[in-house]
Amino acid sequence: MGARAVAGSFQQRLDVVLVLLGKELKVRYKNTVLGYAWSIAYPLVFALVFYFAFKVVARIQIENYALFVVMGLFPWQWFQNSVTSANGFFLANAPLVKKVSFPRSLLVLTGVLNDLVHFLASLPVIVALMLWAGERPTPGWIWKVPLLVAIQFGVTYGLSLVVATANLFLRDLERLVGLGTLLWLYVTPVLFPWDMVPESIRWTLWINPMALVISSWRQTFAAGPLAPGVVAAAAAWSLGLSLLGQAVYRRFEGRFAELV
Amino acid sequence: MSEPEAQRPAAEPAVRFRGVTKEYRVGGTVAVGLKNLLLRLPEVAKDLRRRPRFEALHDVSFEIDPGECIGLIGPNGSGKSTALGLMAGVLRPTVGSVETHGHISPLLELGAGFHPELTGAENILLNGVLLGLTRRTVRERFDEIVEFSGLRDFIHRPVRNYSSGMVARLGFSVAAHVDPDILLVDEVLAVGDEAFQRRCLEKLEQFHEAGVTIVLVSHALAFVEALCDGAILLERGEVVAAGRPDEVISIYRARVET
Repeated sequence: MGARAVAGSFQQRLDVVLVLLGKELKVRYKNTVLGYAWSIAYPLVFALVFYFAFKVVARIQIENYALFVVMGLFPWQWFQNSVTSANGFFLANAPLVKKVSFPRSLLVLTGVLNDLVHFLASLPVIVALMLWAGERPTPGWIWKVPLLVAIQFGVTYGLSLVVATANLFLRDLERLVGLGTLLWLYVTPVLFPWDMVPESIRWTLWINPMALVISSWRQTFAAGPLAPGVVAAAAAWSLGLSLLGQAVYRRFEGRFAELV
Repeated sequence: MSEPEAQRPAAEPAVRFRGVTKEYRVGGTVAVGLKNLLLRLPEVAKDLRRRPRFEALHDVSFEIDPGECIGLIGPNGSGKSTALGLMAGVLRPTVGSVETHGHISPLLELGAGFHPELTGAENILLNGVLLGLTRRTVRERFDEIVEFSGLRDFIHRPVRNYSSGMVARLGFSVAAHVDPDILLVDEVLAVGDEAFQRRCLEKLEQFHEAGVTIVLVSHALAFVEALCDGAILLERGEVVAAGRPDEVISIYRARVET
């Protein structure tokens, strides 16, 4: 008996992720009237603020600056939302972590997928703004978007695993991560282009995986060619951070139930 | 129930504890403030290691054979729940080894995985996959689960509107339908009304007859005596007595009274 119910098979894990993801989405939208609009409103309002500060006041020399910001800010929001909420991925599910034995990394996986769904749902907004500005999506999106989603997923998932695990030991991390991602936004070419960074410190962009990822997103959206070196470096970061996240998670997994 | 020294049965035991010690670090996390965290990282790390330790189980060894029903008894804080947590695989021993053979269904806290905003039906699916079923299997057993819980009229309402007894009923119903080889029960039968308690008991007896291994933590000694084939008495993290339920229970009673 029990043969059919053996845990750990791929199908079973996939089912856990799908059901958890369905739960997250349902809970998120159950008691909200505007639902989808809220997930778009946040980055849009930010884009508006930055437009005012950088274009209207500081008069940055970039055409269609609002569109330029949105192209970087939407993928950035996916990264930032996941890494920030990673602090609570295990804590918010404390009863589960304490009482049920299942791969806990699935909670992090679900959290990152949840924010990915919202990012994908925001793509039509980027397209609408592009059409309004007289630009249009290119056929290259068909392979570039999935490629960049995969690369950014690795970066985001790896760091989220580290944050979710470390936060069980040091609850202060929540504030540190909030502060850290805020600073990170301003050293990443989200609000300004790669080329505007002074030559003397441009090397910092190569040790910043999100700089590589965001700049590739913008190249894709703006119908420019992807820089193979940048994409390769981003992919290497993505792989490295995923492995790091797995290693940290594996090392401490056995003690989670005592810590939440 | 067999002592580690006793002759080993032919089949592999369902649960085997070998020299298990479980320590907790008291105060699982440290709040040091951002400044200290940044400025004194090595010292903070050292503090984390230096926290006082508390031993919940000390050098515990026993085996439970497949199909046995064993009662874990003992006063509060004797390590019963820690032992169940180790069997469920949510805790890991500090020293020694814990082996289990078979699919485990933990009834450690009924409805542990329930989300209050979701309906009973949605929670059945959620809890079912977390306990190791596939979505398809949960759907196949859905009617059975609802029937057993007796909550058909409420199944499409959010669980936040349920009473605690109703949550427990739904939780037990899901856990009872996951085809366990080993069922871990932690004092969960104290909730729910009498009629439902009786059905839980019947269900446990059915499992027992079907050859499911059951480990039961309970303060209801009469219940342990009636249902179990054996009992283990824990006190301050050590096995004090193990054997036939009536004998172990009388040892327990004698120790409590003196």
